[in-house]
Amino acid sequence: MRNTLLALAAVASVAACAGRPDPAPTVNTPAPPVAEQPRGPVPGSIEDFRVSVGDRIFYGYDRFDLTPEARSVLERQAAWLRQYPNVRILVAGNCDERGTREYNLALGARRAAAARDFLVSLGVAGNRMETVSYGKERPLDPRANEEAWSVNRNAHSQIVSGAVS
Amino acid sequence: MRVMARVLSNSVPFPLKRARAGVSYADLERLERGAPAPQRAGRRALPLSHIRSLSPRPLALLACLLALLLALAAPAYAQLRVPIDEGHLNPMPVATVDFIGDNAQTQTVGRDVAQVIRANLERSSLFRNIQPGAFIERIQAMDVPPRFPDWRIIDAQALVIGQVTAAPQNRVRIEFKLYDIFAEQFLIGFGYTTTADNWRRIAHRISDQIYEQLTGERGYFDTRIVFVSESGPRTRRVKRLMIMDQDGANPFFLTSADAMVLTPRFSPSTQRITYMSFETGAPRVFLYNLETNRREVLGDFPGMTFAPRFAPDGNGVVFTLDMNGNAEIFAMDLSSRQRRRLTNHPAIDTSPSYSPDGSQITFNSDRGGSPQLYVMNADGSGQRRISFGDGRYSTPVWSPRGDLIAFTRQGSGRFAIGVMRPDGSGERILTESYLDEAPTWSPNGRVIMFFREGRGEGPRLWSVDLTGRNLRQVPTQTEASDPAWSPLLP
Repeated sequence: MRNTLLALAAVASVAACAGRPDPAPTVNTPAPPVAEQPRGPVPGSIEDFRVSVGDRIFYGYDRFDLTPEARSVLERQAAWLRQYPNVRILVAGNCDERGTREYNLALGARRAAAARDFLVSLGVAGNRMETVSYGKERPLDPRANEEAWSVNRNAHSQIVSGAVS
Repeated sequence: MRVMARVLSNSVPFPLKRARAGVSYADLERLERGAPAPQRAGRRALPLSHIRSLSPRPLALLACLLALLLALAAPAYAQLRVPIDEGHLNPMPVATVDFIGDNAQTQTVGRDVAQVIRANLERSSLFRNIQPGAFIERIQAMDVPPRFPDWRIIDAQALVIGQVTAAPQNRVRIEFKLYDIFAEQFLIGFGYTTTADNWRRIAHRISDQIYEQLTGERGYFDTRIVFVSESGPRTRRVKRLMIMDQDGANPFFLTSADAMVLTPRFSPSTQRITYMSFETGAPRVFLYNLETNRREVLGDFPGMTFAPRFAPDGNGVVFTLDMNGNAEIFAMDLSSRQRRRLTNHPAIDTSPSYSPDGSQITFNSDRGGSPQLYVMNADGSGQRRISFGDGRYSTPVWSPRGDLIAFTRQGSGRFAIGVMRPDGSGERILTESYLDEAPTWSPNGRVIMFFREGRGEGPRLWSVDLTGRNLRQVPTQTEASDPAWSPLLP
């Protein structure tokens, strides 16, 4: 536990340093006393959206309809986006490698649009969202098996701006 | 009995348009006796064997059949011809002599030219090179007929000889002659004057002349391939446009590593390429001018644009515009920039490809429940499905001859390249593997190039004859996908 906290503190301090003009080295500072509960991501941050809400939904083979799991993730996304109204997102549709390139670009666009449309139906303003398709060009999992393909068939909601940093 | 020989329609003198910086113009003249080279007044034609009567192209098939019949009765008088659909079963033995040079530099060029010709002929699978070590006669002059018995005895049916001579201003003159050994006849001969560094293109031109003379079909060696050069891990792939000669020589990049590019396609009639790029974020169709090295976005559209292909006249592009998840096919005139919507259906409509006469478009749609091939008139009317076999069909590409449509078929966990007639009949599968995708036609419609990816492996370019034979990998320095074959270079 102690080691984990140390590591967390080290990561936190490194992260805090990023982008700041060279402060004194803080990595070796002993871990400060920490609250009983391990800290989660900062509410309203990109990390919060990614970890606490879930930024990807997944599709069946050559499908773009939303599964119950996908709907529940999108419902959490919509609630979060309503809570942080300055956030803008890009919804990217992705496909597995078991289709041809141009068809998959069109299929990815359908997946992105399906996710975006559902968010709109849940009260997220359409002008806060853009969509794109990466077809089969940006796999999450590089392997060539069913497990990888099921992960690579997704719509990825990426925060473009407005998140708490 | 007159033996017919064809002089090809592209055998007029041609100034080579600049295909890229550094390649200069070449002059061609037909080698023949007595008459000045056509449209080359003032230039002296070399005294050479005669060229016999012309046979118009529509008669070529008839001539071929006639020759076949004659071959049974009187082989010595039959036209020397390799049957293009079965030539690979019994490739024609050809002897190509290192071209004669008049100094060290031209001798080197002469050897290299002969080597490129041999490689082209061999790769076509219609010809078999007789190894130079077996040659008996040592060709020392262009204007002396070869000793035919010396070539007959080593089983050569055709003989290619040539010479390279230095010309003013660091240019070289490259000449060749093709002989029919058994008929003991001169078939064709041409001379080209060009800069020394342009010898490879001349070698391809000569290869095309030989191929055309001996098969009766247009050649495809003086062509280039544009494709996507791939590197990096699969999750962070770098994809750049690259162009190279048809045989893999002279590769160079057209775009940087900054933006992923996909699906380049040549204009059938101009030195332009259209492709898709993520350069501006979302997929956009771009145009690239090979003569000026300039690129531009095609149009300003509300959604992403992709899957571009040129119209046969090069003055238009047909492509897919996706609006809110609905992919539709549009055509744009490149002069007026007027756009026209061709499909209107909630299903995916993409991958359009014109027929060579520009009257029809084949495309990919899943409006029937799975991706299948469709054909429509160029104005969008008369949309009809043509693929009805098992599996999912996509990437239809109309043959430059107009008689076939190549496609990718997916089924049972495999991807295949095949062809069918434009009415959907006569489906034939040519290749199949874990992933074969994206066929492109040689300009004569005899060879199909595509990319092949093994499971978990990177893609490579492959080619296969229309017969389904002669499958071979195309050499590229990097992993490569999305090939597109150029028309014959101007």
